[in-house]
Amino acid sequence: MSRTIDAGVSPTQTNTIPADISGQMLDLDEDDDLEVFSKDSTLADGNMFNASMLTSPGSMVNQCKFEEDEESDSKDIFITVDNPESHVTAIETFITYRVLTKTTRSEFDNSEYEVRRRYQDFLWLRGKLEDAHSTLIVHPLPEKFVVKGMVERFSGDFIETRRKALHKFLNRVADHPILSCSEDFKVFLSAQAWELTTYKKQGPGFLSRMGETVRAVANSVRGVKNRPEEFTAIQEYVEDFSNKIGSLDKVTQRIVKEQKEYLEELKEYGPTYTLWSGSEEELAEQLKGVAGCIERCCKETEEQVGHLSDTLVPVLHEYVLCAETLKAVLRRRDNIQAEFEAKNEALATKKVDRDALKEEIDKLEDRVEWANNALKGDWGRWQRSMRGDLKSAFLSTAEKNVDYYEKCLAVWETFLLSQRTEPSEETDRDNTP
Amino acid sequence: MADAGNKESAPIGGDEFTNTELENNKNNTMVEEGSTLLRRMEISVAEAEKRTGKNTVNMQEIFTVYLIETRPIDAITEGHNPAAPDSLWRRYSEFEILRNYLLVTYPFIVVPPLPEKRAEFVWHKLSADNMDPDFVERRRVGLENFLLRMASHSVLSNDKILYHFLTEEHRWKEVVYETGFQAKAESRIKALSATFRVKNPDKRFTEMKHYSDELQSLTSQLLRVRARVADRLYGVYKVHGNYGRVFSYAASVDDMLEEEEHYADQLKEYLFYAEALRAVCRKHELTQYELETASSDLISKKQQREELATGMVRTFSFKGMTNKLFGQETPEQREAKLSLLEEQIVQGEETVTEKTVECEEYVKGAWVDMQRFKEQKDRDLREALIGYAIMQISMCKKGIQVWTNAKECFHKM
Repeated sequence: MSRTIDAGVSPTQTNTIPADISGQMLDLDEDDDLEVFSKDSTLADGNMFNASMLTSPGSMVNQCKFEEDEESDSKDIFITVDNPESHVTAIETFITYRVLTKTTRSEFDNSEYEVRRRYQDFLWLRGKLEDAHSTLIVHPLPEKFVVKGMVERFSGDFIETRRKALHKFLNRVADHPILSCSEDFKVFLSAQAWELTTYKKQGPGFLSRMGETVRAVANSVRGVKNRPEEFTAIQEYVEDFSNKIGSLDKVTQRIVKEQKEYLEELKEYGPTYTLWSGSEEELAEQLKGVAGCIERCCKETEEQVGHLSDTLVPVLHEYVLCAETLKAVLRRRDNIQAEFEAKNEALATKKVDRDALKEEIDKLEDRVEWANNALKGDWGRWQRSMRGDLKSAFLSTAEKNVDYYEKCLAVWETFLLSQRTEPSEETDRDNTP
Repeated sequence: MADAGNKESAPIGGDEFTNTELENNKNNTMVEEGSTLLRRMEISVAEAEKRTGKNTVNMQEIFTVYLIETRPIDAITEGHNPAAPDSLWRRYSEFEILRNYLLVTYPFIVVPPLPEKRAEFVWHKLSADNMDPDFVERRRVGLENFLLRMASHSVLSNDKILYHFLTEEHRWKEVVYETGFQAKAESRIKALSATFRVKNPDKRFTEMKHYSDELQSLTSQLLRVRARVADRLYGVYKVHGNYGRVFSYAASVDDMLEEEEHYADQLKEYLFYAEALRAVCRKHELTQYELETASSDLISKKQQREELATGMVRTFSFKGMTNKLFGQETPEQREAKLSLLEEQIVQGEETVTEKTVECEEYVKGAWVDMQRFKEQKDRDLREALIGYAIMQISMCKKGIQVWTNAKECFHKM
């Protein structure tokens, strides 16, 4: 008999953003971006999964506390990624980052570690984490190479952006109740360079990894038969999220581009008033005043664009990558189930050693249950941090924009005030003896 | 409705510009007590309409006509039901004719410019099409402004042709052509573009001309850059629209458009005014040049007379050389030449006197109007800049509103 997995509670999709939609879409470009914050927004909504639903046997979490997201004051590990440095060898040039760890966790021998890591090391770590926990949601790494923006690998901006993303990655792992207990993680944080190299060489060899991959491909071709409702719902959510976040990312990047171009023109605008003032008498002061206002607004605009680039753009981009991670996680979960289903069917149809097969099937069934619970637990966690991240990034952007307009408003109001008091100043001058 | 009489030649009467008036030229502002048309009559360009008709080569064309409404002011202030305004339709080309007439008739006046013939300094959303309703509307406003400026000008407002333009729909063109201004218009254009060297121009006019060149290039540059800035800003707002209505700047974007163009129109008026100012300066140079030419002609004629009379050759001349080589003329020939010269000298002296008066009067009248123009310009541009600041402020307020609302939405995420 094949067993089925219990269907869980399907997530509700309620609208939490009270957008004042009144029908018409605005005039959109050829790209036809979706109206992102609309009535059907699933972007910000969470579902009802609770992390405490995880009750798997054979769990690897015995040593770690498994609770909801802890508040930062009960954090027992602090990691920073900073200080990029360039290294030149005969073969290549690469950047390393300093990874500083401060911790009170008992599994660490020391309370403080300082190591240098390169991007490849981060890639390795993430790979190991995903391999070990194929249905947990491991935060994505910044991309290998940014082709789109034609950014040089060694440009300051690129390195800084990458550094911030690497910092975020490690902290996410550290926050994760299961992932942060990983031995690979511990080694990554504490081992010296040569130690790490040695450590990396251990572990499943090339061939066994190949075997894994082949099985995974075979299973994905096969497809899963009885996917539980809840995971279908999650998949739909992820599809929708992926589209929405992709749109947001594109739109935001366009905004940054347009705003930079606006700034360029604005920089030329102020000087034309200054130039004019040179030819005028009565008007000179006013023209210079306007020029000054425009120049100050220029500075504010520059700051505002910078904030957008530093705060909102990276977060959106991160979650675009997250969407891909989620899709991969769902695929892996499906594969695990598919494998179980295949063997289960074989039990019914093929004439093989039933006992041995039954044992294998039991193991696979456990594996499926464990995978499902891991994902279910992590799903709620992920949604909460996603919501938190996006909310804080958008809030920060909105606040900055309000601040920007308030500053520009003050600039022009000061100018206006100076204009309106001028006539009375003149008469005062006339009247003074 | 007093007429001021025929305006064929420079119409400055001696009594119009007394010393006191010159000193108090601050009082010769746009709306002067009792002497301008605007005080007596309400003028507006109320509407615009499309018409079809045949043009000069008998082809169908579509053009726009503008409704000019006029009404004597006393009809209103008496508190009775105001009579319906008189009205007639004019097209843009007729305004052009009127202006050309005035340019020729009052060369010492900085004549108000017309709104642009074609849309220039266009940015993204704006249409360069003359038939575009927004363009037509802005032109209507510009034409009204043109008429109001003239009707409130102390000199121009008294012009008969202007009055006919406002009140007589059909005969007006014939009347204006009868003045023969077209021939003068052509020679004016030639004169303005001719190159000649003036020895002693009035320094103030030279400076003004220099200023007019600067004004032209500066406003032109400003308008160009402004158009680019407006274009980019519009782009920014438009892209924000893709976030959805939560971040909708939509309504204010259209307002922004309108106000931006109003500001641009104010600048454009002074871009075109610069040209008119330059023309006044050039006319001075021309009259001065004519005077200098007449004077030096007279001097050389007098010299010739002296040489003939005394037989002494002061300066080298070909005639002198041939005389030396081939012998001198007969006494009869000399007599004939002398009397001719005497006639020419008398004429020349008359010419010089005329030209001197012409020059002086031109300088006086033009200087007064240039001062008036300067003050008007300072006032108008000052207001335009203040208007611009107000516009920026309202855009900032809109931005604050939009993003504060957005913040509210985000809080609820």
